[in-house]
Amino acid sequence: MFSQNPYKAVRLTEHTYWVGAIDWKIRDFHGYSTNRGSTYNAYLILKEEPVLIDTVKAPFLPELLSRVSSVVEPEKIRYIISNHSEMDHSGCLPQVAKITKAEKIFASKNGVAALNSHFDLECDLKAVNDGEKLQLGGADLSFFETKMLHWPDSTITYFPEDKVLFSQDGFGMHFASGKLYADEIPRSMLEEEASRYYANILMPMSGLIRKLIDRLGELNLDISLLAPDHGPLYRRAEDIQWIIGKYLEWSKQLPNPKAVIVYDTMWGSTEIMARAIAEGVGETGIEYKVLPISGNHRSDVATEVLTSGALVVGSPTLNNGVFPSVSDVLTYLKGLKPKNLIGAAFGSYGWSGEASKRIAENLKDMGVELVAEPLMVRYVPKSEDLLKCRNLGAALGERLKELARNE
Amino acid sequence: MQRYVCGVCGYVYDPEVGDPEGGIPAGTPFEELPDDWECPMCGAPKEEFSPEQ
Repeated sequence: MFSQNPYKAVRLTEHTYWVGAIDWKIRDFHGYSTNRGSTYNAYLILKEEPVLIDTVKAPFLPELLSRVSSVVEPEKIRYIISNHSEMDHSGCLPQVAKITKAEKIFASKNGVAALNSHFDLECDLKAVNDGEKLQLGGADLSFFETKMLHWPDSTITYFPEDKVLFSQDGFGMHFASGKLYADEIPRSMLEEEASRYYANILMPMSGLIRKLIDRLGELNLDISLLAPDHGPLYRRAEDIQWIIGKYLEWSKQLPNPKAVIVYDTMWGSTEIMARAIAEGVGETGIEYKVLPISGNHRSDVATEVLTSGALVVGSPTLNNGVFPSVSDVLTYLKGLKPKNLIGAAFGSYGWSGEASKRIAENLKDMGVELVAEPLMVRYVPKSEDLLKCRNLGAALGERLKELARNE
Repeated sequence: MQRYVCGVCGYVYDPEVGDPEGGIPAGTPFEELPDDWECPMCGAPKEEFSPEQ
């Protein structure tokens, strides 16, 4: 009866199955560029009665249902757990609830409120408290609230019998792959995508990440499978330790010895300045990355900033203001609340020259320690201007070395 | 009385309202909140708050 389904469930542990969907196509996830696509991981626990943990983005409903149907009739699902009400995990919840005739959907108190604000759900929504234990369909499950990681509703669910932690968006990444496990993917790729996810989604909540990791340590959960809602799953102890260690490292946002120089340009002047600044930084032995906005997405910039100690931003003055593409990046970065940065503003101008000053103000608002006054060059930099740029880069590098030493 | 904003989620603590669900009566100034008081919206600790501008 189950052979008709094109998409199959994948057995993970004795009672747990992956029933999610792979999104090979997505390249823009609400303004975050997802160059490797994504997955929406949903899980099924099969004991006496099936329990579904999260769903998938609405267009992937058939894929979810097919995978579920390959192991159990969807109508038998009585309980659904919603760890996060964002639509990539809840989008087809109304249809799933209807098709399965589920009795109850479990979510945090904030989750129940958020689901009610999204949908008109016909089944009973039940709020679970932080630390609450429930037996659902014969499976003992524990719920822990992870408020603001990354929405007020977020929870994680632990299934002690099979030692699985369903960590929701935590420890996830946007990465479409036919491989389900982290140990089947090169570590460097995992680090790139996991840091990208952290930088673009979790960076503003770094303080809470540290608290969560402390709490996970106190709870001392025995975890054989760390199962996030996006990207690969972690089944080897060394990989679980690795990703938790990375989260701890990123959450500290230490002044790492790396500088990011981000700019846009009109006639190439601001670009030449950026290159000379980079040269000065490099002279001090500090690693640097030059990110022309024309070739880098705002989320690329955020990812590099996560592991940097310096942020240098350049813009030409256009119509008495900052170049729009540079404003875009600054607005985005400000919201992500990067910490422990030093920086500087620079740019070329023709007559008024507001851009660099405004960038310096923006950086200051973000808590960036400015190492110099805005560096402005009229029209086209001459060699003495480029020396000033190089000196600025060197000053940044030296200050960063000092800060990195003190850490 | 000075209102305080949570640096994580943007919740505003208004002393005139207090945090009744968290057992904080109306009229409690931010400075008198217990050290282990947490943001009722996101669970951030007290030190994540700053005076509302």
